[in-house]
Amino acid sequence: MGAPTAEGRFGRFGGRFVPETLVPACQQLEAAFIDAWADPTFRHDYEELLRTYANRPSLLSECGRLSERLGLRLLLKREDLNHTGSHKINNVLGQALLAKRMGKTKLIAETGAGQHGVASATAAALLGMECVVYMGEVDMARQALNVFRMRLLGSEVRPAMSGSRTLKDAVNEAMRAWVSDIGDTHYLLGSVMGPHPYPWMVREFHRVIGDEAREQCRAQTGGDPDVVVACVGGGSNAIGIFSGFAELPQVRLVGVEPAGGAAVGRGVPGVVHGMLSYLMQDEFGQVQEAESISAGLDYPGVGPEHSHLADIGRAQYFAVTDDEVLDAFELLARTEGIIPALESAHALAWVSRERASLRGQTVVLNLSGRGDKDVAQVQAILDGRSAQ
Amino acid sequence: MIDLEAHLRHRRDVEGRKLFVPYVSGGLDDDWVDLVRAFADAGADAIEIGIPFSDPVMDGPTIQEASVRALERGTTPGIVITELRGVADEIGIPLIVMTYYNIVFRAGHERFARELAEAGISGTILPDLPLEESGPWAAVAESAGVANILLAAPTAPDERLPRICEAARGFVYAVSLLGVTGERQSLANTAVGMATRLKAVTDRPVLIGIGISTAEQAVEACTVADGVIMASALMRLRLNGASVQEVADAARRVRKAIDG
Repeated sequence: MGAPTAEGRFGRFGGRFVPETLVPACQQLEAAFIDAWADPTFRHDYEELLRTYANRPSLLSECGRLSERLGLRLLLKREDLNHTGSHKINNVLGQALLAKRMGKTKLIAETGAGQHGVASATAAALLGMECVVYMGEVDMARQALNVFRMRLLGSEVRPAMSGSRTLKDAVNEAMRAWVSDIGDTHYLLGSVMGPHPYPWMVREFHRVIGDEAREQCRAQTGGDPDVVVACVGGGSNAIGIFSGFAELPQVRLVGVEPAGGAAVGRGVPGVVHGMLSYLMQDEFGQVQEAESISAGLDYPGVGPEHSHLADIGRAQYFAVTDDEVLDAFELLARTEGIIPALESAHALAWVSRERASLRGQTVVLNLSGRGDKDVAQVQAILDGRSAQ
Repeated sequence: MIDLEAHLRHRRDVEGRKLFVPYVSGGLDDDWVDLVRAFADAGADAIEIGIPFSDPVMDGPTIQEASVRALERGTTPGIVITELRGVADEIGIPLIVMTYYNIVFRAGHERFARELAEAGISGTILPDLPLEESGPWAAVAESAGVANILLAAPTAPDERLPRICEAARGFVYAVSLLGVTGERQSLANTAVGMATRLKAVTDRPVLIGIGISTAEQAVEACTVADGVIMASALMRLRLNGASVQEVADAARRVRKAIDG
């Protein structure tokens, strides 16, 4: 997957729809990223952090019991084994290094489930920067442990109290904060969304997932997979793994959205948070609130490159229900001894549902995060079910 | 339809007055159109009408609250535009709608421009449609006789300002400070500087907005700028229960103050 146009477009999607105050900052960020990404010293520093701090490369694990049960060959890209427990660390280390190089001293970030917030707080602590994380009030309650983690790491967590008080509103608050405090602050956006250059830059920081997975798959299975599958909220882990396989036309790319937040599946093109992309909205253009069991996928939009990949047919997008996700969550725990993040369980839910059509195929699934953060929530749901 | 820029230039250059643009959140309550008329009586030179959007990233707590209240009443873009039909002609003052780009994009450029023109609305302010993204909408708006106003912010390097002023229609909206809409204790120290930089590169009217909260601040802003836009301070009064007349009286005090 190549760079977007100079206007930040992937096909007809993308762009830079931000308040005028932010335009120069986005332009500076774009120039700084282009410069840094071409600089071997920056690349070396970044790759060293990934290797010595984030625990890369992450494993590609064969799933013996689950593969047998599903009738296919399933390999998991183990982003759950990264430091901080998800793929998010790849992006925050890159952006925090870049922010430092630009002379910024403060980071702001938004978070849904708390994974990106924890990763941002971690990078801020590691590099000695201040960090403020905006999180929807509803999500703060759902993910109280992650709120504590961020504070433990020395970051400030501010509740987003407007709208649905979830990820969408945390992005609004972070953008407002950036407008107000732009001089020494970098907005550490957590997904392949937002204004140019974020969708492109964040993809580049995550392409290590796909590059590793492709080589590991070749080494371990002797070839390329039939299918690469990942969950999609904003879509960063999916873009990361897709980018390693997009040039291989025989490899099918599948993104899995929550039924209550299926921007590609149910949305129409719209503009919010700085980008033109598929968006869940009403007939008048008001953005709708997503509803998903996983806070990290509770987002009505999607990164613009996903909209483009859907448009040109290079990737396909499907939705799964919360019940299917819970079943997949338990299935992976019981058959492989791996508790996935609820987000990542979406990808497995699709594989499990499609097992008949995928029979005999090799499937690489991006296990984007670990499920420790979700255990209390799942316990409450399962206890509630057995009580009924 | 009233030509926004010609109207403002006439008032500035021929009548020699400073320009005052108060704001009303469209669909806020049953009386919001009465407030538009009352602002005209209070001496407004143009009136900005907000079409509420679900995700107003350039707005602080006051306009957010007004937007939520309007949306909860079932306000749609069509309702706001329809209720404004003919009002500009009646009061003799141009109307400008302020909303976010997705409202325009969802309706479609041609349809939205046509609806504005049919209602007699003279301009648009779309704070998330900066210079580089504004071309397609601005062109459609212009052929419908609707002026697309552009914002200029303190973060812009010098070379950027002439390009914004060139592409802007109606007037140039000088963002007074680094921040979102909302009341402030004092005029930001960036406000007058911003107006000075813009006045040096354009003959179009330059109005300062964002954070102008009192008559005194408006006077200070008008020492350099051609006028001011006042939104949150007036909407805060209304949200706190002030009558249409009381809010209009507050606007009249600003009018008198900048008239000197």
